[in-house]
Amino acid sequence: MTTITPSAAPAATPPKRSLWQRVPVVHQLRQSVGLQRGMLVTGLVLMAIFVLTAIFAPLLAPYKYNQLRADGVAFGAQQPPSAEHLLGTTVGGYDVFSRVIWGAQTAILVIVLAVVFSIFIGVFLGLVSGYFGGWPDRLLVVVCDAIYAFPSLLLAIVLSIVISGGRSSLWGGILAAALSITVVYIPQYFRVIRAETVRIKAEAYVESARVLGASNTRVMFRHVLRNATRSLPLLITLNSSEAVLTLAGLGFIGFGIEPTAAAEWGYDLNKAISDVTSGIWWTALFPGLAIVLTVLGITLVGESLNDLADPRLRGRRAVAKASGTVSETSVVPGGTLSAGPGGLAGLEDGESFDEHGIEVRP
Amino acid sequence: MTTEALTPEATKTPTARKRSSGGSLGSYLLVRFLLIIPTIFILVTLVFVLMRTTGDPITAAQGGRLGPEQLAERIHAAGYDRPLFVQYLEYLGQVFTGNFGTTISTNRPVTEVLFTYGPATFELAFYSLLVAFVIGIPLGMVAAYFRDKYPDAIFRIMAILFYATPVFFSGLLLKLVFSVWLGWLPIAGRASTSAELEMEFLSNKTGFYTIDAIQTGNPEVLLDVLAHAVLPAIALGLLTAGVFLRLVRTNVIGTLSTDYVDAARSRGVSEFRLVRTHAYRPALIPIITVIGLQIALLLGGAVLTETTFEWKGLGFMLIEFIKARDYVAVQGIVVLLAVIVALTNFIVDVIAAVVDPRVRY
Amino acid sequence: MTNVVSIEKLGISFATDAGAVKAVSDVSLSVGPGEVLAIVGESGSGKTVTAKTILGLLPETATVSGAVILSSKDGSSSTDVVTLSKKELRRVRGTDVAMVFQEPSTALNPVFTVGWQIIEGLRAHGKVSKKAGREQAIDILRRVGIPEPEKRVDYYPHQFSGGQKQRVVIAMALVLDAGLIVADEPTTALDVTVQAEILDLLRRCRDEFGAAIVLITHNMGVVADLADRVAVMYQGEVVEEADVATLFSAPKDPYTQRLLASVPHVGQGTLTAADRASARTTDWSSNAPVVVAQDLRIEYPGRFGRAGFVAVDGVSFDIRAGEVLGLVGESGSGKTTIGRAIGGLTRVTGGSLSVLDHEMNGVRERDFKKTRSNIGFVFQDPASSFNPLLTIAECVAEPLVIHGLSSSPGAARGRVDDLLEAVQLPRSYGDRYPHELSGGQRQRASLARALALEPKLLIADEPTSALDVSVQARVLELFAELQREFGFAALFISHDLAVVDLLADRIAVLYKGKLVEEGTGAEVLGAPQHPYTQRLLASLPVPDPAEQALRRDALHALREAE
Repeated sequence: MTTITPSAAPAATPPKRSLWQRVPVVHQLRQSVGLQRGMLVTGLVLMAIFVLTAIFAPLLAPYKYNQLRADGVAFGAQQPPSAEHLLGTTVGGYDVFSRVIWGAQTAILVIVLAVVFSIFIGVFLGLVSGYFGGWPDRLLVVVCDAIYAFPSLLLAIVLSIVISGGRSSLWGGILAAALSITVVYIPQYFRVIRAETVRIKAEAYVESARVLGASNTRVMFRHVLRNATRSLPLLITLNSSEAVLTLAGLGFIGFGIEPTAAAEWGYDLNKAISDVTSGIWWTALFPGLAIVLTVLGITLVGESLNDLADPRLRGRRAVAKASGTVSETSVVPGGTLSAGPGGLAGLEDGESFDEHGIEVRP
Repeated sequence: MTTEALTPEATKTPTARKRSSGGSLGSYLLVRFLLIIPTIFILVTLVFVLMRTTGDPITAAQGGRLGPEQLAERIHAAGYDRPLFVQYLEYLGQVFTGNFGTTISTNRPVTEVLFTYGPATFELAFYSLLVAFVIGIPLGMVAAYFRDKYPDAIFRIMAILFYATPVFFSGLLLKLVFSVWLGWLPIAGRASTSAELEMEFLSNKTGFYTIDAIQTGNPEVLLDVLAHAVLPAIALGLLTAGVFLRLVRTNVIGTLSTDYVDAARSRGVSEFRLVRTHAYRPALIPIITVIGLQIALLLGGAVLTETTFEWKGLGFMLIEFIKARDYVAVQGIVVLLAVIVALTNFIVDVIAAVVDPRVRY
Repeated sequence: MTNVVSIEKLGISFATDAGAVKAVSDVSLSVGPGEVLAIVGESGSGKTVTAKTILGLLPETATVSGAVILSSKDGSSSTDVVTLSKKELRRVRGTDVAMVFQEPSTALNPVFTVGWQIIEGLRAHGKVSKKAGREQAIDILRRVGIPEPEKRVDYYPHQFSGGQKQRVVIAMALVLDAGLIVADEPTTALDVTVQAEILDLLRRCRDEFGAAIVLITHNMGVVADLADRVAVMYQGEVVEEADVATLFSAPKDPYTQRLLASVPHVGQGTLTAADRASARTTDWSSNAPVVVAQDLRIEYPGRFGRAGFVAVDGVSFDIRAGEVLGLVGESGSGKTTIGRAIGGLTRVTGGSLSVLDHEMNGVRERDFKKTRSNIGFVFQDPASSFNPLLTIAECVAEPLVIHGLSSSPGAARGRVDDLLEAVQLPRSYGDRYPHELSGGQRQRASLARALALEPKLLIADEPTSALDVSVQARVLELFAELQREFGFAALFISHDLAVVDLLADRIAVLYKGKLVEEGTGAEVLGAPQHPYTQRLLASLPVPDPAEQALRRDALHALREAE
């Protein structure tokens, strides 16, 4: 198959993408259209709000997460929303609004730690295991598949019993949650990176390096690693949203971080179960909405990245009428126009996209 | 949601790839069945090692309440002072014979706990799967049919919202609206006290309230039981429905761009039929496989849903045992769930294999 | 009589990420009843898009202008496909016009039986009882030459071979008695011996079923074999249209002339091979061979205790220094496996294979590494032969860095520039990324990388099979030139006899893992001894309608004799 997209015209100077445009999400944003752009933008905005809230929590929140009284006067428990307490107070007498805001900080710490840990371990294991194969590979695959198929929440529960014994200071709790999530997600990174490694190992450019006599380390790090990790942004967003949910789930069943140590949305929801029965809605609604919006934001970004990475799922601008010029390469190669409704499968295949990667160029 | 549901690999099932070169269904199933054993073995080992690295269950449960001598005595009696490896081998043997130990807090065999509370979890899982199938699969196909148009946009955003809402939050909201404010449905539990009393005296009680309620022959009891199941089933079902919806959509769109769909189109087959038959059937194979993996999500969600609705199933009890630091019971329940997950995945693979003619022949 | 289809001033645009792209512009064509019109062109000429428009099969991102007037077989009605509603389109698809796809294995739905799929087409156009539909399906399968159609009608696609699948696809096109069949590269995915059978079947579609055919192809031999009239497309436009005899004997448009000149003919190579043989010194034949295979056997292990697959079974040959051995065979013949074994990519499981005095049976990578600098490898797929994240210069410098001749890709740049120049690529291309080069350019760069260390042996695995004819011709020329210049020995692997003939000193023919014939081009192609070689040679269509008609008869005689 010869080159397909116009920018690949051999004679014309190929448009070099600036560094800025090569940043993962930025390129996708420019590439997207219509609904997909709407989803991506909404997701990015929600994510930005989440991150900013976490960073500026000390400025935004009127009270500390563990503050029970102001000016020597107790807030009182289960107070409905008012001027002093925009979103009311909890059964434990904390300010709901403040705890919702501080909760973002806890969540982001857990996400970052969990994602960083699991990426490093998962990518390393996946790369080595997929590249060398053999019985260690098979063993790892069986172990990871077993963990992968197991309810992640249950595993996280067991792990957090092990790590913190269910007790939790701020960092103890955050680390326990992050490590539990890490162990649960290592298999996911492992699976994806391993599958990519196995696929890339059979690509002609890797074989060609092997024919040339390149050492395993050289092939692994120069050729395989960077090509295998192109789907990471997608995986990271998916796992981040799962991390928020797992953290909240742990908190909800009582493995959360004590209210005196940090604010955690799942814990607050747990305390709100009885409130709901008596019709008190504000203690449940706002922490819950915080979780929903955070997960929604991250998932929307992830979903859009996924769509844009797959030519079959990507939306496209409509053409008004037969227009554009025919250049030697701006054409559809014979036989590849096998798309169903709405997609020119093959138009992007091979050149700008490998099957699983996010993208290589416009 | 798992990444499996999203990444394009999901469109190629491991079964289809592995088995494209022939081989009999029987030997495939045998190999697949034998693969369950290492899976269960690994999970049992993992849980055992993790739970026991921190100490013995008796200290965890009774530490502080008993004096050091009494504690040591009870630890010795239970055999927790022997080398870990010996205990591990013993535990493996026990699990193999179906003995999951005795709870510390209530001093009942774990198996008995499983039989008492298992049916409740099974019922919840069944009803929510029903909700998930009824909502997820047809809407996923509709979304694929109208891809990038309004129905698609609406259903997709719906699916993401379902997924983004933790079951305990949607559970609380449903309770607030339908039980507290509107008063339409019961707020918690599996049945009202009167209904439970009536079922209590059945000679052949199954623990499945739906079946028991039918056995009483009292329509009010059945109605009561079903009314209690509505909200938990919806809360848990919607989460799974969201995953199913996008899974069906992605896979159907994937198969819609294949040559054979184009070929059918070139024979004059209608667009609706293309989606419903030509694209759906091949897409079904990866869908089934991934749905199997969702069982894990469903069970994890069941723990949270049961806690939210005080639905006295395994998940609810699991949390109770955790609170009581009864780690023998926790270990027993987790291992049992591992076995269930492994078996379900096997059954799902069997179904996928039967649906795929390339494996059948 | 009215035309079956008339395309008038057709223009098609696609929406892509880079904006609107015009794929076809101002194309007018027509096909009469029972006529075979071949639309010829290289990738990107717009031929497939044009053909798909006849069935209204373009994706939603396409915008069409102009008209495509389609008439029913009896000429009673005609419609403009471009303006039809979805429902009306469905009515003409299958009945007025049917399609045969390039890749038979993907054109059949894997989870339904072939009978079900045929009957479905019938039922989409009116009420047909289950029994009648089944009978019709069996009948049409029999007519396209599927043995035991009563049984095979209930088979799933994966139970058929590639050629049989294509027969089934053709049966589906014929079952509703369409007046026009659009065949999109119907034989490209098939081996040459199977291709000949499918071409015969298509000819019968016209003769027995009275269908007109629009044949989309890039293969001039196929055109010469089947077409009545030919339209040549280039960059979205029809540059020349003529009847088949005129086009091959007196092409008018310069593009057509170039295209025809690029097509390799069997027999061309005999001259060049003789030239090279005469230029050699007399003691050449006593040169030590660089590769010696003795009873070579390569078996891939089976899974789950099943028997393994024997890819290469007792093959013996040698390649002397400076000699080009052409290895020919159809898919599954084991030719690629042999190449990979010489390159140390596949384990040898039996017999002996000596590469540059290294025994490959049981070789250890550590011992072989030094020798690797003397082996170059060119892969088939230009799309994946370069790391997409490295520039061409970095890729070409790889061998120099690996074998310690340069400390870094940057330091090797001077040598890289020389190499690029040697393969006729501008130096500036070194700074580009692989995707910014066309397929042909990438194969040149691939040659540059393979030759960076001036190896004694080059293995080229179908280096041109993914390229267009005109590009292929240039790459083959370059290969011959470089071989003369560098004097390396080469194993040239290809499925195309004509291509191998062009380059090779000697030709070896593989069939199902066994070497059936070996000799100089003149021997193997001039007077093939083995029946398989004879059939292979006879099946290869030549780009000359008159000669092809004779060859066709010869092939039929050959088949009768078997």
